[in-house]
Amino acid sequence: MNFSEVFKHTNQLCRVSPDGKYLATCVQYRLVVRDVSSLQILHLYTCLDQVTCMEWSSDSQFILCAMYKRALVQVWSLEQPDWHCKIDEGSAGLVSSRWSPDGRHILNTTEFHLRVTVWSLCSKSVSYIKYPKACQKGLDFSRDGRYVALAERRDCKDHVSVFVCDDWQLLRHFETDTQDLAGVEWSPNGCVLAVWDTCLEYRVLLYSLDGRLLSTYSAYEWCLGIKSIAWSASSQFLAIGSYDEKVRILNHITWKKLIEFEHPATVSNSKAVVYKEMERRHVGGCDDLTLHHQITLGGSLFNTQSKYEICPLPVQIPVVKPDSDRANPKVGISSMAFSVDSRYLATKNDNMPSCVWVWDIQRLRLLAVLEQTAPVRCFQWDPRRPRLALCTGSSKLYIWSPAGCISVPVPVEGEGSVGVFPICHQQEVCTPTVLVPLWALCTTLLA
Amino acid sequence: MAAVLLVAPGSRKASNLQANLRSADRRELVASHGPRLTKYVPGSGRWARFRRFHRRHVSDTSGVHRDLCAEKPFIATCVALALRSPADSQLFSHPADTGDRWTPAMAESSLESSNMSCNSSRLMYPSRNHTHSSMPLSKQSYSVLSAFCSEGNIAQCISYINQEMSSLGFPALCNELDSGGDLKAVSVLNNMYELLQLHRRSLRALEELETEQLKSASHLEHLKLCNSRLKEQLEQSRRESTGLCERERQLQMKVKSLQNCLKNEKEEVQKLQNIISSRASQYNHDMKRKEREFSKLKERLNQLLIDKKDKRLAIEVLNYVGRSDGKRSLWKTGKTEARNEGEMYQTLLNDYESRQKELLVENAELKKVLQQMKKEMVSILSPRKHSQKGETIDDSLDLPGSENEEEVCDSSRETLELSCEHAREQLTNSIRQQWRRLKNHMEKLDNQASLVQNGSLGDNEVISRKSHEETVEKLKLEIQQCKDFIQTQQQLWQQQLSCPCDDETAALLNDCYMLEEKERLKEEWRLFDEQKKNFEKERRNFTEAAIRLGHERKAFEEDRAMWLKHQFLNMTPFLDRNKSQSALKSPEASEVTVAPESQYHNAFSTPKAAPAKIPSTADLYRTLRLLPDHGSPRSQPKNGNWQDSDVILSRDVSAKSGFLGAADCSIYSLVGTESSPN
Repeated sequence: MNFSEVFKHTNQLCRVSPDGKYLATCVQYRLVVRDVSSLQILHLYTCLDQVTCMEWSSDSQFILCAMYKRALVQVWSLEQPDWHCKIDEGSAGLVSSRWSPDGRHILNTTEFHLRVTVWSLCSKSVSYIKYPKACQKGLDFSRDGRYVALAERRDCKDHVSVFVCDDWQLLRHFETDTQDLAGVEWSPNGCVLAVWDTCLEYRVLLYSLDGRLLSTYSAYEWCLGIKSIAWSASSQFLAIGSYDEKVRILNHITWKKLIEFEHPATVSNSKAVVYKEMERRHVGGCDDLTLHHQITLGGSLFNTQSKYEICPLPVQIPVVKPDSDRANPKVGISSMAFSVDSRYLATKNDNMPSCVWVWDIQRLRLLAVLEQTAPVRCFQWDPRRPRLALCTGSSKLYIWSPAGCISVPVPVEGEGSVGVFPICHQQEVCTPTVLVPLWALCTTLLA
Repeated sequence: MAAVLLVAPGSRKASNLQANLRSADRRELVASHGPRLTKYVPGSGRWARFRRFHRRHVSDTSGVHRDLCAEKPFIATCVALALRSPADSQLFSHPADTGDRWTPAMAESSLESSNMSCNSSRLMYPSRNHTHSSMPLSKQSYSVLSAFCSEGNIAQCISYINQEMSSLGFPALCNELDSGGDLKAVSVLNNMYELLQLHRRSLRALEELETEQLKSASHLEHLKLCNSRLKEQLEQSRRESTGLCERERQLQMKVKSLQNCLKNEKEEVQKLQNIISSRASQYNHDMKRKEREFSKLKERLNQLLIDKKDKRLAIEVLNYVGRSDGKRSLWKTGKTEARNEGEMYQTLLNDYESRQKELLVENAELKKVLQQMKKEMVSILSPRKHSQKGETIDDSLDLPGSENEEEVCDSSRETLELSCEHAREQLTNSIRQQWRRLKNHMEKLDNQASLVQNGSLGDNEVISRKSHEETVEKLKLEIQQCKDFIQTQQQLWQQQLSCPCDDETAALLNDCYMLEEKERLKEEWRLFDEQKKNFEKERRNFTEAAIRLGHERKAFEEDRAMWLKHQFLNMTPFLDRNKSQSALKSPEASEVTVAPESQYHNAFSTPKAAPAKIPSTADLYRTLRLLPDHGSPRSQPKNGNWQDSDVILSRDVSAKSGFLGAADCSIYSLVGTESSPN
């Protein structure tokens, strides 16, 4: 694996363009666009203020830079560097800004979720969508970019509106049978909309594109319910992670539960492999070193070598007891992701923060458990093959594949941590001061 | 223990009594009865008498339990007295004395049982008081007074006894009429016998009763023990029960308190639930209110924003860009709406179609599998069906159905593509039927297998062992082969190794290898040569020896021939008497006797010499033996002579053989052998 030199960036703003050719980073109010292959700077744009949000358009033609504090959005073109566009939300404020899938419209959410403004770059037209709901995931575009589902709250009741992205016409509007809708998500084929209720109620509702209720699923009552939801890429499975530390998988024909994956504190499944990260501190005779040395070598002292060891079963997994007095307890399945071929499912249980669980969906069983020394921050599947990258906030990157597990130390000077950020086709590894394109480079170098 | 010995001769149950006679008893009895009783010394006569009395007394009281108590002290006192003064025995010479003396005792004891008889006896017997008074007096007076019957009072005695007897139900001892008259000996004897019998019986009964008593005593003891134990148990269990009661009480108290607690808790729960529900409703209400307010606020804010005509709210674009698809945007009309709807339905339709296609494919595959399974099932089951057609009723019942199945199978295959509901049903039905059949079959097989396993386990074992042995044998053979193979391979390999790269060195090495071999062979060859030489030498020696032997033999033959000739010529019947000549002639005679022995020396015989001599020996035989048989012209007396000579000859031979020694032995033997082939 090769690493580029370190690029500075702020607010963890660095994105690879959807076509994988460009890399955009933001440093304060400057936007830098580089060529991924040569890492040469192609363009340099200057924004009006410190950028808080940046996003590529789907055709990699434009870059959106939002400055929430000033309710400003600036758009830059790659083809015409002197082309510029500035959108001012004025006194309404701005909390979120994003591209529409066609790359010609920008959706701005105003403060207090008063409305969603749709700005068009093709014409001077502006559209408003009222009553957007402030929730976990209130807005979702279908994968093909034709429809957008928006959660709304009207008259103390939840509604879902489906718009056609082409002309922002309302296609369907229906009331949902939820207490307090928490999110909406399209299935990858764009035909089914999953709607789930707030964590106080375990309820998933599945709606067809035309607004028909297909099915309702509820595993239990009274306890805290759903924490996360994930569709498999084939739209065949819907994984529901909940506060009871279980993942339930529904099938797409009957919408009944297929299987339930538990996250036990003791892994005794004989077919699962438990990889445990073992850290080995590089001790080079600390006694001889003077203080000065230690200071200068601080970075390298921090660097520890680590490797994975396969633990003999059964394995006891460290569990953090959640604080039951506080809201949003750190327990349950907070993140899940299917691999691109829908064969594997990676999950993370919040009260086992240092573990990532990989499940085999074909055989419906636990495949591997990755036990890290530090809490896992995030994980991301390779968009092309079944490989999982995860980071724990240390200067190492960990990769799991069905063949095994490796830990890759990222050459970082000074203190830094590695993060994995998803982008449409590529992912990259970032630290607050460092950027290392991962998949784009890795795939070419390792292939 | 002299007492035991003294008592023993008199009573069969002395041994039993001995057991009963505790020393304490004895003393007590002596103390109580001693003053009244005179001494008694055991003696056969006295004992008999005593027995008689005793028996009578026993018969009196037989059937009464107290009798036992009466008898024991009675004997005990006797024993005690005997112990006290053995010297007094002489004084009891008179039978009457004893009788007299014992009466009071008897009367005393009987008094305890039947007052009537006792009183009567006292009244009837005049001397009783007298005896009684004199008892503690001197021994002299005692001897006189103690007698029951004396010359003077015979009649009285008789009458008394008679009376006694009759009162006891015995036949009278004498005629009533002549009361003073003579005793009837027969009746007396009979009575005596009766009394004896009674006495014996009573003794036996006594014995039994004693054992009974012993038993009952021990039983009583046992029961007492049991009783005490049970009492203890009772006490203990009582204690336990009280403890348990106490505990139960406590537990009940606890239960009660817990029930109270539970009730309280339930109430609490109910209350809390009520509170929760009320709070939830309140919360929901508040939430709704707030949300309404919130939405109102939002509305207002929105209105304000719109009303304010916010100048900042704007978009500055250098120039508008084209759509990504290159088309121009369209006006929103009903048309576009319809188009959108259409498109949406199109997507849905596409999705459903693709899903249906998938399902169709899946269905088709499953059907294929089902069909295949069915076919296989049918093929598995059909041969069995034929074989078991007649066997079981179930199968025969199933048969028509199975025929139908065939049709169904075909029809279902036809309709597989059509996926007609009816056909599907038939297919599943037939599959189910087949499956049931298969299951039955499997169960049957299982049963059979278990039966076989149970039934002929031994056979199986034998077979398995046999086969096992066979396989072992085979494997051993294989191992041997493999070993050979490995060895040869190793050799080859070594050879290969020994000739590393270039042929010259290989040849050299090979030569070295061969050289060694050659050396070894040469050595062997030399050894062999030496051996051969040795053999040659030996052989030569041997041949030389043989030649020498031949020469010797020849000389000997000649000698012998000469000697024989000479012998033959000298041999005349007249010379027989001549001892010296007969001695010379002895070899021929000896041949007859020695002949069997000579066979031992056969090995030394040489066949060459034999043929020449055969006729001569035969002749010799003839001349020696057959002469008398053939009836030669010679006279009888000569015959006798021959016999004599024969005797002499044999003697001579023995003498001669000793005389000749070992050296000549061979010669004789040689001759002997010549005769044996014939």
